[in-house]
Amino acid sequence: MTSGTGPRGRPGAGRGLPERGLLLLLVLVLLEGSVVFPLGAASSPDVDPRGHSEDRAVAEESQNYSKKAFPVLSLDYHHIHVPFEIALWVLLASLMKLGFHLIPRLSSIVPESCLLIVVGLLVGGFIKLAGEKVPPVLDSQSFFLCLLPPIILDAGYFLPIRPFMENLGTILMFAVVGTLWNAFFVGGLLYAVCQIQPGNPSDLHNLELLPCLLFASIISAVDPVAVLAVFEEIHINELLHILVFGESLLNDAVTVVLYHLFEEYSGAGTVTILDGVLGVISFLVVALGGVLVGAIYGFLAAFTSRFTSHVRVIEPLFVFVYSYMAYLSAEMFHLSGIMALIACGAVMRPYVEANISHKSHTTIKYFLKMWSSVSETLIFIFLGVATVDGPHSWNWTFVTVTVLLCLVSRVIGVIGLTFVINKFRIVKLTTKDQFIVAYGGLRGAIAFSLGFLLEEKHFPMRDMFLTAIITVIFFTVFVQGMTIKPLVELLAVKKKQEAKRTINEEIHTQFLDHLLTGIEDICGHYGHHHWKDKLNRINKKYVKKCLIADERGREPQLIAFYHKMEMKQAIELVESGGGFKPPSALPSTVSMQNIQPKKPAAAKPVQRALPQLPKGREEEIRTILRSNLQRTRQRLRSYNRHTLVADPYEEGFSDFIIKKQKIIELEKKIIHMNNLTLPAAPPDSPTLCRARLASDPQAYRPKRDSVPTIQVDLASPQSPDSVNLMDEFRANGSRREEEEDQGLTMRPRGEDGRREQLTRCLSDPGPSADEDEDEPFLP
Amino acid sequence: MGASQTRPEHRHQDLADRTGFSLEQIKNLHKRFQQLSGDEDTISKENLESIPTLANNPIRKQIIGAFFDKSAFAECLLAAGGAPHFPYRHQRGFILFGLRNQHRGEAGSCDQIGFEQFLMVMSHFRPPTLKMTAEEKEAMRREKLRFLFNMHDTDNDGTITLVEYRKVVEELLSKSGSIGQEAAEAIADAAMLEVASTNVPTMGPDDFYEGITFEHFEQILKGLEMESRMHIRFLDVDTTTMRCGKSTS
Repeated sequence: MTSGTGPRGRPGAGRGLPERGLLLLLVLVLLEGSVVFPLGAASSPDVDPRGHSEDRAVAEESQNYSKKAFPVLSLDYHHIHVPFEIALWVLLASLMKLGFHLIPRLSSIVPESCLLIVVGLLVGGFIKLAGEKVPPVLDSQSFFLCLLPPIILDAGYFLPIRPFMENLGTILMFAVVGTLWNAFFVGGLLYAVCQIQPGNPSDLHNLELLPCLLFASIISAVDPVAVLAVFEEIHINELLHILVFGESLLNDAVTVVLYHLFEEYSGAGTVTILDGVLGVISFLVVALGGVLVGAIYGFLAAFTSRFTSHVRVIEPLFVFVYSYMAYLSAEMFHLSGIMALIACGAVMRPYVEANISHKSHTTIKYFLKMWSSVSETLIFIFLGVATVDGPHSWNWTFVTVTVLLCLVSRVIGVIGLTFVINKFRIVKLTTKDQFIVAYGGLRGAIAFSLGFLLEEKHFPMRDMFLTAIITVIFFTVFVQGMTIKPLVELLAVKKKQEAKRTINEEIHTQFLDHLLTGIEDICGHYGHHHWKDKLNRINKKYVKKCLIADERGREPQLIAFYHKMEMKQAIELVESGGGFKPPSALPSTVSMQNIQPKKPAAAKPVQRALPQLPKGREEEIRTILRSNLQRTRQRLRSYNRHTLVADPYEEGFSDFIIKKQKIIELEKKIIHMNNLTLPAAPPDSPTLCRARLASDPQAYRPKRDSVPTIQVDLASPQSPDSVNLMDEFRANGSRREEEEDQGLTMRPRGEDGRREQLTRCLSDPGPSADEDEDEPFLP
Repeated sequence: MGASQTRPEHRHQDLADRTGFSLEQIKNLHKRFQQLSGDEDTISKENLESIPTLANNPIRKQIIGAFFDKSAFAECLLAAGGAPHFPYRHQRGFILFGLRNQHRGEAGSCDQIGFEQFLMVMSHFRPPTLKMTAEEKEAMRREKLRFLFNMHDTDNDGTITLVEYRKVVEELLSKSGSIGQEAAEAIADAAMLEVASTNVPTMGPDDFYEGITFEHFEQILKGLEMESRMHIRFLDVDTTTMRCGKSTS
């Protein structure tokens, strides 16, 4: 990458605009800096580009007006100026992210957000040193319309609905009452401090109450971007995560209303009771309106996705466009865009996921993650750049008091609110929880952008506000963000369980839901579970019918979960290269036969009674049989990969499920047979059986010559080693076949033939099963 | 009614000591009990089956069954000794276990239960409190899990067999038509396989996994944090006046 940027930089340097070449070189320099040693080295080579840039500026001036016969090669930088720079910034951000992850030691100590801010500071510093005007990177327009939505959509789309709804009351309490409290507490005290200070007859005395409140309302909201960035790294438990993160999302409505309210009236100077009442109404309108707009677009998106089955490629686009429309529509009416996005994402997700193809789902996931992480990186870098750039007016008193008040009000607010909330909560918040909630109240770029929006003429103290906002952001992101991880360790706060959800947990979650609903019904009062159950039922009965095209999409949650799990296992298996190791989900030797009832009782006595294979040989045969069976299963799964290569993965999926069940059944039968029919055969059964087994591999392989060793192995007296050897060979063979197969889209006949042979040679008396299996393959 | 006014008070206090409910909650539950039983002293299966909102519940049978399980009755007898609830509850979990195994033959269901027993079943759904120590929480978790386990273990032999597990899943999916029934078996099998492989990772081909024991059951549900999830809100105030239950939690 470094060498790739280099050559492009030089031609630009020849006659390019100063900014251009400078930025390119900066990327280069910073990249090198971040890879070798993060920040220190970056400062040394910067003398160089600056010298060049001065020359270039002169050169360019003369070049533009000179006449030439025909410009074989001409330069028109202005033409591409804006997109080029945007691309450059994105590139810088991505490279930085890349760079940090190459130094794991650094990223384990310092949160990424801090590092990115530092990078931003450096970049800003270079631009300033170069004597250039720093581009207004973090202006509110681009921030609110381009950078913020991807992050919020990502958060909304992947919002863990269940914990969110279970804690909605607490979250709302923190988001609404907490933010209000913060705003008024900070604003009021700040105003008081500004007034009572006798020793300092400075501008602070001119500060009125309303600008103070406005400033406080900007600074009091917890920022989702900062919270996400820090909390993703500390892996805190679900409850605390959703409390802080949910608060940061939902307080947007409060901030929007307070902001507009105070901005409106700080010109007029007074606020009446009526304005307060209007403010409350406005809050309801902003919040509920945002949710409503989001929900409408969410349902529209879900409805649209119902019909996309023929044009799979554009499915992801609908998700993005509808959500963005929701955001813009909400912003248009000054409703809460963040809440609209959250609502839109959360509403559309279940239906869209049921409708769209598996690949589209992956696409959505990756696009959202990509966009949001780039946006986040950019935001933090821009925050650094804007810090260097911004006109600052540092006022010790104001800044210190702001930081202190922010901390104090947060702590008081959380403790006070928890005291109230705990009266209603069933699972109480402990002191530790309260501490983390209070400490996790990070401020971020939204506050800065809102501050940036203020107009100079209405707010003469704008620069001071901005400086204070930046200080608070830096304080929370750096001090709190860096210390929260050790503190979480120190306090032994419960961490998130990394383990995936198992099918048993899913079953019991469902069971518990119904059980609690039932108990509530018996108790005769309608609580949480009752309403949830009712909503679920309505959802299933009406909404899903309208919004989900496919019948399969409407299956109950448990079945859907099971299918998803099966699919994941299948994919894992295919991805593992079709080797011989069992799927990672089941790393044990336990198989279906171990849990099947009735069989052992029936089979064992018979087996013992007859003269038969010595114990060791029996084991061998069983191993061979089992591994062969596994092979078949893998063959069938790799068949699925072709359908993944070809388009209709989902269409093939149900077939796959049926097939898999068949295989399991087959396995059962075979084991059964192994137990029962082997001894029942004539005394020479070992050889006969072996002969039968020897024919086995042919069944799996149409090309007999591809793995010739197998027959030798089977026919000869075996040792455990030779079995292993065989396995290895077979694994190789399978990989080879895997590769060959990839070129083709499907080979149903071949598969089927193989299966038929398998069943035949195992003398399975199930012709009916064969017929069944044919069906899914027929077009 | 007037004569019996003092006695129930006394009785309620006694019950409150044993179950950990508050007096108000017991009064409310008693009201509900009488409403369900039609002012009788005991309640029958039919009474519970006639609750209209319960009709849609896929596991209705099991829920109602849990109320009439003999083991709950045994618990009642045992609890009748009367003692402060927490340390006592802790022990009782174990005693109950032994008792149930002892009387394996007569475990089953009864037809009628009294209010005390009704309350005992309900007490499994009490939320944990902030003051509880880690040990008490652990005891509570075990007790709740034991209740769930007994719901699944229909023949009371101490294990949930594959057949029993299949039945549970079938019930769960019983409201979703034919797809549900088809999938139920596969899901139960997969789940059983998962339990077997997590608990007994190495198993020879001849071994047989009989079923989920209570220890394995605890193991697989470790991630669910039952102690903080298996609870409902018991109202402290009169239910008849405050019907709507949209509560902040």
